[in-house]
Amino acid sequence: MRALPVGDDALLVEVSSGEEAQALHAVLLRRRAEGSLTVREIVPAARTVLLDGLADPDRWAAELTTSRIPEAPSHARELIELPVRYDGPDLAVVAGLWGVTEREAARIHAGTEFTVAFCGFAPGFGYLTGLPDRYAVPRRATPRTAVPAGAVALAGPYTGVYPRSSPGGWQLIGTTDAVLWDHTRTPAALLTPGARVRFVPLGDA
Amino acid sequence: MSDRVLVVVRAGALTTVQDLGRPGYAHLGVPRSGALDPPAAVLVNRLVGNPPDAAVLETTLSGCALRPRRTVTVAVGGAPGPVSVGGRPAAWGAPVVVPAGELLEVGAATAGVRGYVAVSGGIAVEPVLGSRATDLLSGLGPAPLTDGTVLPLGIPAGPPARVDGAPQPRPPAELVLRVTLGPRDDWFTAGAVRDLTTRPYRVSPASNRIGLRTEGPALERARPGELPSEGMVLGAVQVPPDGRPVVFLADHPTTGGYPVIAVVRAADLPAAAQAPPGTPVRFVPVRRR
Repeated sequence: MRALPVGDDALLVEVSSGEEAQALHAVLLRRRAEGSLTVREIVPAARTVLLDGLADPDRWAAELTTSRIPEAPSHARELIELPVRYDGPDLAVVAGLWGVTEREAARIHAGTEFTVAFCGFAPGFGYLTGLPDRYAVPRRATPRTAVPAGAVALAGPYTGVYPRSSPGGWQLIGTTDAVLWDHTRTPAALLTPGARVRFVPLGDA
Repeated sequence: MSDRVLVVVRAGALTTVQDLGRPGYAHLGVPRSGALDPPAAVLVNRLVGNPPDAAVLETTLSGCALRPRRTVTVAVGGAPGPVSVGGRPAAWGAPVVVPAGELLEVGAATAGVRGYVAVSGGIAVEPVLGSRATDLLSGLGPAPLTDGTVLPLGIPAGPPARVDGAPQPRPPAELVLRVTLGPRDDWFTAGAVRDLTTRPYRVSPASNRIGLRTEGPALERARPGELPSEGMVLGAVQVPPDGRPVVFLADHPTTGGYPVIAVVRAADLPAAAQAPPGTPVRFVPVRRR
């Protein structure tokens, strides 16, 4: 684990895997809840956790780099089920990349338990991990100018769901009617870092 | 009360509702947002008797024109420019009474970029996650103002300040940004780090609320390839593939995959928000505090 200083009052804590980043994120949330960590933002990402707005970044850098991250309890969070229709315009492309039929591609995706590794891109957009590495897919060569809200999409090792219509270059494999973001709801984001997610096919998929 | 409103007669190039933003939600992909020049927003609020975090209007270069339906006190600050009420010149940087139905005109900035207009009671649009700020990256908060927009006003909290005017910093002729290197300066050649901190840059016209883009020497990468997405802070100097540094401002994305060579001190960012395209920029390395 390395702690890189970021400006005057932030630290970027670098770990060796996405799982470790999620475990470290869970530890830091717990310490904040206990009151031993005072910080404005805790932002988990692919291989890092950013701590922004620390009163004493040097002390935390020293403490974090000499501590061990406990393994994250794998069933600490409730399972969120997202109903999905595997009807995306890129399903055939993804099935081709995986070397399977469209039906099998849908079955592989729906058979995976995902974890929200981190958020970004748009409020409520989660980067979901869980698919084995061999199912990683490239982004589309030409991004779409408008991806509809609720589109279930793949890029690299990640799955994501577009919370609202926006441009995007991910491969679209399906659609959900779930509301990913509603600022009048608490929490506003359906998918928060650490949440477990399953896609439940609608109809005969 | 139906007359406790402000009618936007001329919205100007880009006028948005801003306050001190919505920190604390970066992990959900929500930018901090808020006024690009917070000291100016806090000052105009103080001049009209509002709390520091009341919502104000942030104008961009061309000002705006507003008509309140009831008598209000306003203060205009940030980028200096002409102010008039009912066609008569009025004070900039001081509390001004605008009688019900009169037109407040905020003219084009004579220097700087972002003007701030505080109205007694504050702009009372519905808050989103505790803030009324317009976030142009993710579309949270009210849309940018258009001609004819009607904005609700809150109830005045206190009397306006008893001052004729308040000193405000002049927009910079040269933008000096103190930076601490890292966290990804090792992704660049030693020459690139030297270029950043010794060569001249200029503010690019492509700058916006998301980032201050610059023109100048392209910074050469020592490590090719993609950086896995990581959290981004306000003031991060991110370097996209074209090699030109971008300083992240209030509406910046919360995670990103381009390496951050340095971070600008928060105290220097209000001046960055006021630097028009073409302003010379110097990045000056400083030690972490």
